[in-house]
Amino acid sequence: MPPRRASLFVTCLVDLLYPEVGEASVALLEDLGVEVDFPEAQTCCGQPAFNSGFEEDARRVASGLLDAMESAEAVVSPSGSCTAMVRSHYVHLFHGTKDERRAEALAAKTFELTEFVVDVLGVDHLPGRWEGRVTYHDSCHGLRELGLTGQGRGLLAGIEGLELVEMARPEMCCGFGGTFSVRLPEVATAMADDKIAQSEETGADVIVSGDSGCLMHLAGRLSRTRSRLRPMHVATLLARARGLAPASR
Amino acid sequence: MAMTPDAAVRKRFEDRADVQLRKRHLPLIIGRATDTREARRRDIFAELDLPGLRNAAEAVRAHTVANLHTYLDRFAERAEARGTKVFFAATAEEAVSYVRTLAAKRGARLIAKAKSMASEEIHLSPALEADGIEVVETDLGEYIVQLAKEPPSHIIAPAVHKSRTEIARLLAAHHGRSLPDDPEVLTAFAREVLRRTFLEADIGISGVNFGVAETGSLALVTNEGNGRMVTSLPPVHVAIMGMERIVPSFEELSLLLPMLVASATGRPVSTYFSFINGPRLPDEVDGPEEVHVVVLDNGRSKILGTEYQSILHCIRCGACQNVCPVYRQVGGHGYGAVYGGPIGAVLTPLLVGFEKAGDLPHASSLCGACTEVCPVKIPLHEQLLALRRDVAREQKPVVEGLAFRAWSTAWRRPWGYRLLARLARAGQGMFVRGGRIRKAPPPLSRWTNRRDLPPVARRTFRERWKDR
Repeated sequence: MPPRRASLFVTCLVDLLYPEVGEASVALLEDLGVEVDFPEAQTCCGQPAFNSGFEEDARRVASGLLDAMESAEAVVSPSGSCTAMVRSHYVHLFHGTKDERRAEALAAKTFELTEFVVDVLGVDHLPGRWEGRVTYHDSCHGLRELGLTGQGRGLLAGIEGLELVEMARPEMCCGFGGTFSVRLPEVATAMADDKIAQSEETGADVIVSGDSGCLMHLAGRLSRTRSRLRPMHVATLLARARGLAPASR
Repeated sequence: MAMTPDAAVRKRFEDRADVQLRKRHLPLIIGRATDTREARRRDIFAELDLPGLRNAAEAVRAHTVANLHTYLDRFAERAEARGTKVFFAATAEEAVSYVRTLAAKRGARLIAKAKSMASEEIHLSPALEADGIEVVETDLGEYIVQLAKEPPSHIIAPAVHKSRTEIARLLAAHHGRSLPDDPEVLTAFAREVLRRTFLEADIGISGVNFGVAETGSLALVTNEGNGRMVTSLPPVHVAIMGMERIVPSFEELSLLLPMLVASATGRPVSTYFSFINGPRLPDEVDGPEEVHVVVLDNGRSKILGTEYQSILHCIRCGACQNVCPVYRQVGGHGYGAVYGGPIGAVLTPLLVGFEKAGDLPHASSLCGACTEVCPVKIPLHEQLLALRRDVAREQKPVVEGLAFRAWSTAWRRPWGYRLLARLARAGQGMFVRGGRIRKAPPPLSRWTNRRDLPPVARRTFRERWKDR
């Protein structure tokens, strides 16, 4: 029996900057019969400090997430990157500390949203309707650390009216990379432009990803360069296609 | 003459990268070349048990490096038994000085060089040239970058950053004649030019892909046959070998050589595999009179026994460079050292120290593409992460350290997090135009110089959740 209850780990980026992605995630899960709760003690997975080499600060913030999700049955997050931080790196981050066990426990019950829907709930087809051409960006951590390849695409394939067009290198990094995007802004921007050029070549209207970090970076570049391509989180698109979320903000 | 730390390593990656980013055509040229290699690599492994091969290759490398001194001693003993001279160089200076002394003793005036990253690492050619010796690179890519007076920008394809037109112009200018930008014509032309070098050189210098401990042999892979000429025609052959470039026997070699070739070029076999067993024997008709192997440490042995030991498993195939999205934008020269891309971002700081290259581990978005392709399963992006931690511990950057401490102090508790969010929302008002921030003060200007930034939402998710 798949879990009927899930705790949303909304991530700091979605909470603060893209709350509609969190709402779409909740709507999708509830529509599938999952009872969703939101442990309000959560803040962030600690990845910015971890990726910058400041493990102690990462641990300080991450231990807050361990506390917040202590009693959760399953944890679901609309981010491949934050999920990968918890699942792939917490064990290392808390290795040899009193929280090692709790870190392992959280890693074992944390899932990325599309992964949870497809692999845990066993739902690989979501009927819905949405008109447009979509290209899918495989966010790196979801792809390489969680092994997510087909989940998001599979769910989009069930949407009527939606045409999925692959870019030349969907698995190539968009250049966000967390603190990388401000540490080396020119390199990060060049990488975004590469990704955007590939996406535009497909003739897509929308570039979809499962990570708000990538989307924030791409969106910032798209609006600066006045591209007609729109960025959208996979949760938002699915919720809209299923009539669970308003068509726009 | 101090050779080891490339002067360019002292400059920040960001500054070097910005120079490369101004070459707008660079990602196109590099992308085309590296994508082709990567596509071929995927094709060739699609038919094979890649996970099994990677596990096996990793096991061979891990075992060899864990027992490196045993195998190195065996290699040296067997090589010397066949008449090869083996010199262990602890530093770049020692290695260079050995070759200079040898060249002086032989009265060398012309040296033919095959591709060798280790010789680039120790800056061998400039030192020999300073002694008045003409050094000619005979690998076509190396020859091109030599004419351009540039270091190689890729482990396997040194001139990957040059377009056909640039190459034609370089060759034409150097030889005072006009040449079309047709690769076949250019290659044929270079072949003519280089033939004289092979025949007249007093010394041939090469790298080594693998040293075989069991037999004391050197294994060399080339596509152009220049490696064979350099190691057999001149009366003296000097091979420069990184100390970790050892395999126990031909059995392991039979796994690693095809892995190297397939990962590097996407071809099932290389055009030339050369196995060098030592100098010419009395009953043999050709081959050099002397063979010298310079085994180079230059910072490698201090990596042994650390959590970074697996970086010494590297077989220098360049596959991580081919898939690296950062390398694609800035090329090998952005890294300021002989090894660019992910392998360089890990290896260079370990070899030359954090003071000079502590920022290289940050020259990565941590996308993990490098780890995914590495034929010997080096966890490159995890090593980059670990290096960032070690660099932060050693350098203790004050501003960044304080910022992360303030951040973790606030964000470890939900009330601190909510407070910061409210402060940000109150403070951002003057910067938000049309729903986005186009210009923010430092340090956020590092974002907004090139990209718009979304403001903190009027109502965050958690505020909306409360009102559900």
